[in-house]
Amino acid sequence: METLLSILIGFMIIGALYALHAKDLLSALIAQGIVGYGLVICFLNLRAPDLAIVQIVVETITLVVMVAVVLNSSRKEVKESWNRNKILNIVTSVIIVGFLVYIFAFMIQPLQPFGDHSMRMAQYYTQMGAESTGAANLVTGVLFDFRGYDTLGEATILFTAALGVVTILRSKPKKESAS
Amino acid sequence: MTVYIMCFILFLVGLYGVLTRRNMIKIVIGFSIMEFSCFLFLAMIGYIENGLAPILKEEMENPVYVDPLPQAMVLTAIVIGLATTALLLAIAIRIYKKYGTFDIRKVNELKG
Repeated sequence: METLLSILIGFMIIGALYALHAKDLLSALIAQGIVGYGLVICFLNLRAPDLAIVQIVVETITLVVMVAVVLNSSRKEVKESWNRNKILNIVTSVIIVGFLVYIFAFMIQPLQPFGDHSMRMAQYYTQMGAESTGAANLVTGVLFDFRGYDTLGEATILFTAALGVVTILRSKPKKESAS
Repeated sequence: MTVYIMCFILFLVGLYGVLTRRNMIKIVIGFSIMEFSCFLFLAMIGYIENGLAPILKEEMENPVYVDPLPQAMVLTAIVIGLATTALLLAIAIRIYKKYGTFDIRKVNELKG
């Protein structure tokens, strides 16, 4: 399982690198689809069918919206040019990445090895989930019953984001009050 | 441990894209790659070797299920990721309409 996942993530990394370096924005978007749908296959191998279904839907919507945005504007990649502060940029990036790697190496120590997870918190959910929620799908039970307030917060965030998109894309700006 | 490190490399690739690209669409792509790697990491933490998908079945004795808690949280996070990506794209198309380019270097000249 670990080898299969590593190979899949390797493909995703290659797709991500191509997406970031493509000259044409449309091919960059298709290459980003490699990453998204590769994530779907990873979820299926990790025994998470609900996540796979949601990720397929979300990835397709994102891809369609992005293609619509690119077709309504320009497909050309902007010209890259080195600016004067090249050395400063490189030094800053190396410092940031080094910091991130240090934090990652520090935080990964207490994790159990892959595939060996002691369900401290979810023990109750798997044993009592069917009786207390009545849902055969434990993910649904956790999402809508044990952690219902999280889902409420998610709905709030979705509503706020939709409001934001409507506000930003409103074609006629409001007239300023006379001052 | 290898998969965790690969996942971290995927996160770093997304960060590299956000830091170095000048095109706003490429920056949005970098953000979503970082999001994807986080989802993958959280889903991998809850995995149990030879575990079953967390859907209950009657006839099995002592079944081992993978952890449903990270999956539920990642489900929430995926939908929120869709919302943030839509907001970023809306801002990008708005800037394109005002300045006529996706280049973030041209955007820093403030116009009234």
